[in-house]
Amino acid sequence: MALTRADVEKVALLARLRLTEAELETMTDQLSQIVGYVDLLGEVDTADVEPMAHAVEVTNVFAADVVEPSLTREAALANAPRHNGRGYLVPAVLGE
Amino acid sequence: MSIVDRSATELRKLLATGELTSIELTRACLERIERHDATIGAFLRVDAARALDQAAAIDRRRQAGEPLGPLAGLPVAVKDVLCDRDTITSCASRMLAEFRSPYDSTVVGKLKQADAVLIGRTNMDEFAMGGSTENSAFQPTRNPWDPTRTPGGSSGGSAAAVAARMAPLAIGTDTGGSIRQPAGLCGIVGMKPTYGRVSRFGLVAFASSLDQVGPFATTTEDAALLLEAISGHDPRDSTSINQPTPRYTESINKPLAGLKLGVVPEHFGAGLDPEVASSVRAAIEVYKSLGAEVKEVPLPHGKYGVAAYYVIAPSEASSNLARYDGVHFGFRADQSAALAELAAERQELIAAGKTAAADNVDAPLVRMYRSTREAGFGAEVKRRIMLGAYALSAGYYDAYYLKALKVRRLIRRDFDEAFQQVDLIVGPVTAGPAFKLGEMVDDPLAMYLVDLYTVSANLAGIPALSLPCGVTKAGLPIGLQLQAPPLAEERLLRGARMYEAATDWHTQRPSLGGAR
Amino acid sequence: MSEQPYTTVIGLEVHVQLSTESKLFCRCNTKFGAEPNTQTCPVCIGMPGSLPVMNRRAYELSLKTAVALNCTIPEFTKWDRKQYYYPDLPKGYQISQFDLPMSADGYLEISDPKDKFAPKRVGIIRAHLEEDAGKSVHDEAAGKADSEIDLNRTGTPLLEIVSQPDMRSAAEAKAFLQELKLLLTYIDVSDCNMQEGSLRVDANVNLHIEKDGKVIATPIVEIKNMNSFRAVERALEYEAPRQYREWQETGRQLGEAPKQTRGWDDVAGVTRGQRSKEESSDYRYFPDPDLAPVITSAAEVDVVRESLGELPADLRRRLSEGYSLSLYDADVIVNQGREFADYYLAVAGASGNPKSACNWVTGPLQRELKEREQTIDSFGLPAQRLAELIRAVDDGRLPSTRAPEAFQLMVDKGSDVAAALAELKIERVDETALVTLVQELLAANPKTVSDIQNGKFQAAASLIGQAKKKNPNVDPNRVRELAIELATSLQ
Ligand SMILES: [Mg+2]
Ligand SMILES: [Zn+2]
Repeated sequence: MALTRADVEKVALLARLRLTEAELETMTDQLSQIVGYVDLLGEVDTADVEPMAHAVEVTNVFAADVVEPSLTREAALANAPRHNGRGYLVPAVLGE
Repeated sequence: MSIVDRSATELRKLLATGELTSIELTRACLERIERHDATIGAFLRVDAARALDQAAAIDRRRQAGEPLGPLAGLPVAVKDVLCDRDTITSCASRMLAEFRSPYDSTVVGKLKQADAVLIGRTNMDEFAMGGSTENSAFQPTRNPWDPTRTPGGSSGGSAAAVAARMAPLAIGTDTGGSIRQPAGLCGIVGMKPTYGRVSRFGLVAFASSLDQVGPFATTTEDAALLLEAISGHDPRDSTSINQPTPRYTESINKPLAGLKLGVVPEHFGAGLDPEVASSVRAAIEVYKSLGAEVKEVPLPHGKYGVAAYYVIAPSEASSNLARYDGVHFGFRADQSAALAELAAERQELIAAGKTAAADNVDAPLVRMYRSTREAGFGAEVKRRIMLGAYALSAGYYDAYYLKALKVRRLIRRDFDEAFQQVDLIVGPVTAGPAFKLGEMVDDPLAMYLVDLYTVSANLAGIPALSLPCGVTKAGLPIGLQLQAPPLAEERLLRGARMYEAATDWHTQRPSLGGAR
Repeated sequence: MSEQPYTTVIGLEVHVQLSTESKLFCRCNTKFGAEPNTQTCPVCIGMPGSLPVMNRRAYELSLKTAVALNCTIPEFTKWDRKQYYYPDLPKGYQISQFDLPMSADGYLEISDPKDKFAPKRVGIIRAHLEEDAGKSVHDEAAGKADSEIDLNRTGTPLLEIVSQPDMRSAAEAKAFLQELKLLLTYIDVSDCNMQEGSLRVDANVNLHIEKDGKVIATPIVEIKNMNSFRAVERALEYEAPRQYREWQETGRQLGEAPKQTRGWDDVAGVTRGQRSKEESSDYRYFPDPDLAPVITSAAEVDVVRESLGELPADLRRRLSEGYSLSLYDADVIVNQGREFADYYLAVAGASGNPKSACNWVTGPLQRELKEREQTIDSFGLPAQRLAELIRAVDDGRLPSTRAPEAFQLMVDKGSDVAAALAELKIERVDETALVTLVQELLAANPKTVSDIQNGKFQAAASLIGQAKKKNPNVDPNRVRELAIELATSLQ
């Protein structure tokens, strides 16, 4: 199935990607081509087939409710692009 | 024969008897890197000082008679996708160019526990997305057999490092063929274990339900040695299988009596390079001569593997890569520039009387996210994020994502039925030998179809291995793929070793511009 | 109250923090109030390579709650990723449950506030386990347009409980929340502390308006930011007439406008429209490949059911049937919480007088607690002592008129009954001494005697004060009885 430019723009916003005009165009073509290939799946009869989300059939994996040491705040923030020593900083969440 | 040409198993013996020190071996590898890596580009970072320190410490402990781990003193190269505490794990992405993990991945921890020497971090396709290692944000890697060609990918750096004898062993990851394909294209052994055999904790996720860590080596024995060291149940990975690790190194030299080998007719269809086809057929003949019974087994849903894979893997990737938003770790685009640009856009729209459009302009935070991800990710990563977000979005989920999961189950069932009849499945690992750098960069679909023979094992979660089975007239290696039922790594390794012992393709090595 | 021209339809979505020591998918502490970003690790920061492992206790507590809410527990459940971008959500997705939640189709019985003891069932659509997000603090004082993110709360286990739109008034919604909180604290799965965010409520509300014999439904509005049960009640009381006015103006019906989100402003006492996040409506849920599904057998559910203990509704029934309390009294006792009810049960059992025990705990004792701002578990008067006091009244050692003094002393000084009686100089008055005393009083008050003899028995009351002056321990009733008896016998 072919994607429209509007589809691609919508998905780009969902995925928080910004695409240039040129990228938008290439992306529309390429995704259409790939999705066109993937449409091959439509010919498989999957009635009564359970989806397989995991490659192993493990179930009920739990850990005990025991507190273990956390990272120090310094270590937690060390990789942050912007922080003030207490928390991560981002452009205002509230207000415009 | 130079030291670097020896197998890890041989080196281990030399180190044990004291004929060789880890320092000598590590130096030899570092020299090799020094001499050839400017051309090959296998490594992103080599910390010679740290490697030599580790080697020296192991030598000292060996002299003191202390007990040592199974990889004691052996240099191991690690794909730059597994966290190594306090050092950079970049995934070959601008996004994580400066990311220092505060913790060790389980696999790196096990390598340290096994007393391996961590010689360097190898190049890869960004976030392991690709089949040529050209999607690295930092450098391409070249095939040691022909530097105009790709080593394959995404673990191309690890494969090239071992093929060029810069390290006897390397770690890679395989989501759709990313160990087996470069192993095949570089003429070495590469193995994807059963999903859940090796812990994914600390492995930066591409597609979580498909990713597996595995070994690269020049021989099957070496692959067994490395696999044994990194396998095992990990309570920190909920998808880890709680089963003891067999001693692969102890059984590998026992041939499989009464081996039943499956051949899939569809694997030899149009598109398979004739030289590859004849090498693979010749390999099957070798097995026959070793007493194996060869049987045709159908894998009727195999032809849907690539389609299912390119829905499931990007879907999971789009989610796994959502965390790279420039807030908690990693790259952030210049915030003030992005915000100034945003304000200007809005002003312009308001001036033009388009207030509704001005209201629709991204919020500052959204703009920060979008410009960060625009600048931080390369084209292939963006393509897969887009593809995945699309497949999961409202209205498409059932037709793409859910459908792919159902086809995935059918692919697994095909294998289950095939393995009722045969012990291993044998066939090609790639349709052709190494392709030229740049040959497919503008044709993503063609690049995706390269995974034709490898993706099914990831979808089904079964173990599979690639080993050398020939060289083309142009001097490029050809790989043979073996696939086994879940958790049958021991059988897989023994089956591969039978062939290896009867042939000498694994002794062939690239000339590296005459520097033999 | 005049009949409104509409019916208010309310459904609630409650997020409850489960009482675990560590987070849902990592082992960081969940304790409230720590310095920002001191309770995080690679897993809850969502660092590259980190993987979640489910907290067993969190799962058990959710199962317990779901069973207590009469939910069906499916054999198979799994976790999904709910994807959206927000700086307090470091992975870019929240691990939650989408199409196969761990429980569904339950109900909670509440008492209809309009008809206090008529039970009403509020349906529970589902209860599912998910992780909490972090906190964003907008620091305007700093003069910078930056928000500070604290991830301490990220990954804390939450149970999301979604009710059917079964409530028809703000009071009913409040009653539902109170009963839910009571249930959760009875089975000890959450402290339900709203100030610390352990219990958070969103409400979905719209109106059903009858017009020309047809019922018109108005668009559903989601109300957020209500920080107390009182706020929920007030917000809903405000919202229903507001929606009616809006409908009168616009005529818009359900389906003709997108779902609106409004925030409650507690100071102004109004709900205000919030700017909708136009892009975030597509959550792209899919099964989390990092987490294993959970299989729960019917036998395991039975074990949980049997281990639940007595739920508030059962206890109310037991108190009214087994202890002969009025429904009102049973409700008052049970609603004070499990510890209070246990206290009552202990007093009732040890005193052998459930009715009197009820009067004491719902009367003087509750007043004391309120005055002292104490809860029953830290209260200075053990149940056994209160029971002794009741027994002392019942066997006549303590005149009921003086029991409040004794109670006060026991609470204030921690004394037992014997000590209190001694300190207040309360003694049992010997019957012969009392007879002598009354005879003396009658002799000194001939007018009273003749009044009694003439059938004016109330005249006997005038002797009580004089008797008490001579001996403060006399039982006024007995004085009265004796006065009448003796005066009559003198005839
Ligand atoms: Mg929720
Ligand atoms: Zn944590």
